[in-house]
Amino acid sequence: MNTETMNPAREEKEHPKKKGVRWPVWSTLGLLLVLLPFILEKGVSSYYLFLTVKVLIWVLFATSFNLVLGYGGMMSLGHAAFFGIGAYTCALLLVKASCPPVLAMLAGPLAAAIAGMIAAFFSVRVQGAFYFATITIAFCQLAYTAAFKWRSLTFGDDGVQGIPVPAFISTEASYINLYFFALAVTVLCLYVVWRIVKSPYGLLLRALKEDPVRATFIGMKGQQYRFIAFVTSAFFAGIAGVLYAFLETSVAPDILSWTFSGEVVLMSVLGGMNLFLGPAVGAAIMILLSSFVTSYMKYWLFTMGTILILIVLFCPKGVGGLVLDKYRAWTKGE
Amino acid sequence: MTAFDSLLFAQFVSGLSRAMILFIMASGLTLVFGVARVINFAHGSFYMVGAYLAYTSTFLLAGPFGFWAAFLIVPILTSILGGVVEVALLRRIYEKEHLLQMLLTFGLVFVFSDAVRMIWGVDLRMVSLPSYMAGSVNLLGHQFPAYHLFIISLGGAIAIVMWLMLNRTKFGKLIRGAAEHREMVGLLGYPANRLFTIVFMMATFLGGLAGAAIAPAVRISLGMDTEIIAECFTVAIIGGLGNVWGALLGALIAGMMYSFGILVLPNYAMAFIFILGGIIIVVRPNGLLGKSSQIKV
Amino acid sequence: MALLEIKGLRKSFGGVKAVAGVDLQVTRGQIHGIIGPNGAGKSTLFNLISGYYRCDEGSIFFKDKEITRYRPQTLVKMGMGRSFQVTKIFPRLTVFENVQAAVLFSKGYGLNLFSDARRLVVDPAEEILSMVRLSGRAHELSGVLAAGDRKRLELGITLASNPDLLLLDEPTCGMSPLETNETIDLIRKISMEKALTVLFTEHKMDMVFGIAAYITVMNFGAVIAAGTPAEIKANDRVQKVYFGEGHVA
Repeated sequence: MNTETMNPAREEKEHPKKKGVRWPVWSTLGLLLVLLPFILEKGVSSYYLFLTVKVLIWVLFATSFNLVLGYGGMMSLGHAAFFGIGAYTCALLLVKASCPPVLAMLAGPLAAAIAGMIAAFFSVRVQGAFYFATITIAFCQLAYTAAFKWRSLTFGDDGVQGIPVPAFISTEASYINLYFFALAVTVLCLYVVWRIVKSPYGLLLRALKEDPVRATFIGMKGQQYRFIAFVTSAFFAGIAGVLYAFLETSVAPDILSWTFSGEVVLMSVLGGMNLFLGPAVGAAIMILLSSFVTSYMKYWLFTMGTILILIVLFCPKGVGGLVLDKYRAWTKGE
Repeated sequence: MTAFDSLLFAQFVSGLSRAMILFIMASGLTLVFGVARVINFAHGSFYMVGAYLAYTSTFLLAGPFGFWAAFLIVPILTSILGGVVEVALLRRIYEKEHLLQMLLTFGLVFVFSDAVRMIWGVDLRMVSLPSYMAGSVNLLGHQFPAYHLFIISLGGAIAIVMWLMLNRTKFGKLIRGAAEHREMVGLLGYPANRLFTIVFMMATFLGGLAGAAIAPAVRISLGMDTEIIAECFTVAIIGGLGNVWGALLGALIAGMMYSFGILVLPNYAMAFIFILGGIIIVVRPNGLLGKSSQIKV
Repeated sequence: MALLEIKGLRKSFGGVKAVAGVDLQVTRGQIHGIIGPNGAGKSTLFNLISGYYRCDEGSIFFKDKEITRYRPQTLVKMGMGRSFQVTKIFPRLTVFENVQAAVLFSKGYGLNLFSDARRLVVDPAEEILSMVRLSGRAHELSGVLAAGDRKRLELGITLASNPDLLLLDEPTCGMSPLETNETIDLIRKISMEKALTVLFTEHKMDMVFGIAAYITVMNFGAVIAAGTPAEIKANDRVQKVYFGEGHVA
């Protein structure tokens, strides 16, 4: 067989170990995800189901954020703005305007995407991390200040309380319905992001990150690619925000804060920003860590910052990257 | 002199004072970026630490002595802290990709924020001024808070010292050269490491100084680091990255825009400088004093 | 008929006149070398031609169109490809993906967000890889390639955009004599097979004489001689610039 014409896609499938691992893993995972809520709520406590939904939301947020950070190579420090705008838009429409739930749920991500377009318009223009960071920080700061000060619109630092969760996902009796809804939404969105990452656009976005000058000289207009990545991730951040609003039934300005933006950055880096599922892993680790290690909660920021610094210095590929390297070494060893 | 004239003059003075603080901050930030290409998100943290240290200084050393001691001790302390950070952490990541460098300084923000909380707690702190500073001063027929004038003089002094350093010393030449051509630093046989450390320490010195200077004028709180950072960065961009005089110009514009802005649209005055920043990025990305881009990419 | 024509091009950086009035013509199908000592302005000239820098004065014509103010992306679409003295590739993509990305873009898949990239343009990409003799390493990360392989990969990336004119900046920079000869053969072969025009810069004399049909000599940002290899060899001024007052056979 002529190895020079081997199709890369074909090569991947024919690797014996990988083939064997696929189906059983996915179906077990699927089964687990379906049974999980019942096990948690009936068997353990509904707090853990609450936590699981929280993990799902952050998985969505972090994975779509990574489109900008890991794939796009852009250090966006204000992504909380889009999460928050999505959450606030949905919440305010429901609470103030008695908007039909479906419309409110769509309005959230749309508002977030529009905000993303405004921020992206300025930030993708110039090649330069300094500019990008400044704009994203400033944008988030403005959103935070607006939420705080514009009491007539946003209720200021009291936040929007008592968000009416639609009946089919009502959390009054149990979190199970919300869980399945969040699961479906997250899986669907992750699939869409996966398709984008594996598309020609995704490859070219990665190329742009690797060497912007070389990308220019194959004809690419970098701005377009970065713009699309940014707006797309803002859209999905908005969806995550809407789910958050339903989970917590209230939203407050802290979800637009620098700290909040920092958490999603940390999740992506911790899990591995060069892997699709890296941020998801990071999200799960961080949520569970912050919930269970309550004695450190007092100094959560300190912990977060230290973890970030340690990862940057000693393990830049993140936990996911480390695991993947070990897995690859294992498969090669056979 | 009408009341309106008085008001305008008062806003001018307070705007100038605000501008000086921003200049002290932004100049340090832009220097570090210009020389070492490091984006120090934790710059605001050194500012905050400076303010809290000034509080402690006045707390421990009572009276006016404590106040003046703060101005000497605090920046030295933040400078040393900066040196430690640079040597222990930043040095390891200069060779690595840009993104990782930013993540590191970003992580530092959180570490410092909680460290400050651990040490000083969440309560607001105040620094009181010695009596001759606390009152007003009569200038050109108007009354001004004396402290504003003090800050303005401080800023002016820093500007002069910087000018002298950049234009009259060999070290200053090195900095200017490094900002233009980074490779030059190594080629001249000067150890780049030491240069970067010194510049970083200078920047954190300035950050601490700004923090100590602002301490008596504001309520010292935990949000100080993030509040100042967006504005600082924007000022640096407006002026032109790596350009200290650009920082001065940008700071002056920012200070004036805010102090006159609050007369017109008080709730939105904060945003004006960001709007200007956005315009500059679109129209003249290299900043007001930066050279226009050679590259058409 | 001139594929590329440059008239009176000037570019200064502060006080330094990097390009001080250059006239140049490249005929279609020609392999044209630009030689000159370091600092002669060769790379700056390339940056100006390929749209990366803005010139101070002068005009550039490509395919009879004035392209002086055109951006690099437009020029790539028009059929100008370029390599860099310090190789530019996409290090964390595989060798195959490096070329595939360029092919995908040139075939218009750039903003396609939903097809599976792995199945697209596989054959054209593989064809290019075999042309630059990198097929065997298709699935390695390109970042680990040695210098010579990187140059060939970059050549492959450049070819993927279907250029008519190739601008190669010191294509044999840092190569051993053996690699240099291999690269010369490759360039000659590819330019024949694909009917390409090649404009390259070099300061290895023997490399240039081995492949160029026409040579332009630069020094201090200006053209000091232009002609066939024989004419250049006989040119006293060139000899002085390169070899001092002595003569080389």
